Amino acid sequence: MEQALSGVKVLDLTHYIAGPYCTKLLADYGAEVIKIEKPRGGDGARRLAPFFHDDPHPEKSGFFLYLNTNKKSITLNLKTEAGKNIFKEQLKNSDILVENFSPRVMPSLGLDYETLRKISPCLVMVSISNFGQTGPYRDFKATEIVLDAMGGWSTIIGHPNREPLKPGGYQSQFVAGLFGAIASVSAYYGQQISSVGQHVDVSVMDAVLYIQMNLTASYTYDNVIRKRYGNRVGPFPSGILPCKDGYIGAITVTAEKWPVFCEWMGMPELVDDPRFKTVADRALNIDELDAIMISWLIEHDQEELFREGQKRGLPFGIPCNTKMLLESKHLKERGYFVEVEHPLTGKVRYPGAQVKMGDLPYKLNRAPLLGEHNEEIYCGRLGYSRDELVRLQEQGII
Amino acid sequence: MPDLPLKGIRVVDLSMWFAGPMCTRLIGDMGAEIIKIESLRHIDPWRGPVNLEQVRQQFPDRPVSNRPYDCSPGFNLQNRNKYGITLDLGTAEGKEILKNLVKISDVLVENYSPRVMPQLGLDYPALKEVNSRLIMMSLPALGRTGPDKDYLAFGQTIDCMSGMAYLTGYLGEEPMLQSGLSYGDPLSGMNAAFAVISALNYRLRTGKGMHIDLSQVEGLIAFNADSVMDCTMNGRVRERIGNRDRSMAPHGCYRCRGEDQWVVIAIASDEVWKRFCRAIGEPDWTKDERFADLLGRFEHQDELDTLIETWTMQYDHYEAMHVLQAAGVPAGPVLDAKELLEEPHFNARGIYEKVPHREAGIHPYIAPFALFSKMPIHIRMPAPCLGEHNEYVFGKILGMSREEITGLEKLGIIGSVPSAEQQGSM
Repeated sequence: MEQALSGVKVLDLTHYIAGPYCTKLLADYGAEVIKIEKPRGGDGARRLAPFFHDDPHPEKSGFFLYLNTNKKSITLNLKTEAGKNIFKEQLKNSDILVENFSPRVMPSLGLDYETLRKISPCLVMVSISNFGQTGPYRDFKATEIVLDAMGGWSTIIGHPNREPLKPGGYQSQFVAGLFGAIASVSAYYGQQISSVGQHVDVSVMDAVLYIQMNLTASYTYDNVIRKRYGNRVGPFPSGILPCKDGYIGAITVTAEKWPVFCEWMGMPELVDDPRFKTVADRALNIDELDAIMISWLIEHDQEELFREGQKRGLPFGIPCNTKMLLESKHLKERGYFVEVEHPLTGKVRYPGAQVKMGDLPYKLNRAPLLGEHNEEIYCGRLGYSRDELVRLQEQGII
Repeated sequence: MPDLPLKGIRVVDLSMWFAGPMCTRLIGDMGAEIIKIESLRHIDPWRGPVNLEQVRQQFPDRPVSNRPYDCSPGFNLQNRNKYGITLDLGTAEGKEILKNLVKISDVLVENYSPRVMPQLGLDYPALKEVNSRLIMMSLPALGRTGPDKDYLAFGQTIDCMSGMAYLTGYLGEEPMLQSGLSYGDPLSGMNAAFAVISALNYRLRTGKGMHIDLSQVEGLIAFNADSVMDCTMNGRVRERIGNRDRSMAPHGCYRCRGEDQWVVIAIASDEVWKRFCRAIGEPDWTKDERFADLLGRFEHQDELDTLIETWTMQYDHYEAMHVLQAAGVPAGPVLDAKELLEEPHFNARGIYEKVPHREAGIHPYIAPFALFSKMPIHIRMPAPCLGEHNEYVFGKILGMSREEITGLEKLGIIGSVPSAEQQGSM
């Protein structure tokens, strides 16, 4: 099956979310990804919820299963000499190494970039970490919420007088994983063109800053420090407001759509109302405006507002929950969710392709069981005998 | 220093607003030559209002020249490392010139709704005729197929339609947008950049181009895969939990001394809890048996949050971080725009570069998305003024004569001053 990244060989030392998302993208688009897990327990994401039928079994974590599609899993103890030697041997056959340990780990194992490039001069090594490989916070401890706060995300989410919020889920980890994937394919392209290898340092905190719209630029240009405006996102009116059966994203965006919206609400007189004439007027009198809009929105349901808004060129959106996404006709017709069969869960639907690469095929093969490909890789590829495999296993190396 | 990986790749960029320009920002950062095309009748709305008085009213502190549309912070951040030309694609001459440019380019990026390019006679089959190796990147909101494909969406619509807004918000309250960041946009630009560079790798191997179809909504759903999997595996619909976590407690954002200062703290294990208690000097309440293990802390988080705030209120947000980090507790300040610019960690890593711009003066901009040891990313040139590179692109790259260029200017097909009636949106 020919895909965009067919033939690219990736050695994967990642765990949890950011690193595995990076290598998942490479694998889903055709790269061969060999994931190295520690022999006892494997990737920590195997212990992350949600679990299939809420059974906390290391092969049933939905998070792990999603993040590790199309990969092969081998086990290897990198703290042993034999383990390190096997790793270095594998590295010779790899184009890209991705790891997301904290920055002290690879050097402490004697597997830093300078050492590895002597074994494989053209190696592209991508390191993803919370704060990066350099800088005063390099060894700080972080979880998702810490990176959301320090990268400049939380400062813009929430109501003005209340605590800032993190975005839902694990966004900063995914964002950094995607940057890791962009870095990987870019550096790989450079490697193919000019035989140059290199070390790429992806930091989750940097990644969050990079995607911000114009937070820092608005400060240096306009002397504005953007804060939290709740759901009131300009140009006004725009925001999530209650409607008949829940909430609706009443997004108008451009100022010239205001009269269209007034017309739709059956209140054309609002266009000339001095309280609401310009964006600035509407911002100033937003409480009154919200009250008027809500009194109308509450009479209409989500589907109706979404469809009718679209007809009028207003990009309204329904704040969908996961169930609504799974039932969406549009997503169904595009075949977005993909059914994946796994020996311990049977068939389960997963989110599918982030992007469709022309006519090239896309397939989700299930995530590997811990060490599932030991025999294939160690015996089939590296030439170890069954006896040797058993011996390595007895010594806790694989 | 070796060349940047994408040096020699030429990209025709028809995109505007945020998502598409984020894609070409990333590809441009990696060394590709980006030619951004606007028209005098439809400049990129991110340039802001055309009218000087309107800009002065809306942004009193902005340093503006008599070309305010060259002085927009959002535009100038997203469009560095790009050449900028104007071309009216509504005219036959404009279409012809675009095709000539496509002929000698590698990639075309557009984020119109799926109807526009075919209407202009510039869809993939037509462009493939002129350049069989072309990689075309389309990033409409909902993809190129499916019953809702022609629907309009802005970043905030996509936050809604992808489930992102539903999962963001205070515990038990309404879904929430992200004021000041339409997340769907940068995310889609990143997905698009990944796809384009992957397609370049494919073309290097096979010689074949392709038309890439990206639905912005689908790319963002993937980022909440854990919630989707909880639904497909357990039938559970996840709701908003504010700053809480499903497996850690306490976990939240706490008020500090000073105005609107906050520190976030995450206690992932009993071990971290003990470190936290020691770091804050073990006040009596930390010895409460109910807080000794995860399940107890989980059950009593409301109470714990109040108690923790009695400690955080004594410090400013940076002090609180340093006390806790010194003890090995994950904690960090909520940083605002000014603090992000002054942040010692970013500055030690060289994340900002000061770049002079002809109309807007010198400003620091966020430069690299990652630090490459052999091919470091820099801002090689500032964002283009409207039509700034007409001469270079039409003359040097396309080899058109002075007379031809002047002729197009006279017809209003190219130029460097926008028509006056545009409002802009930044």
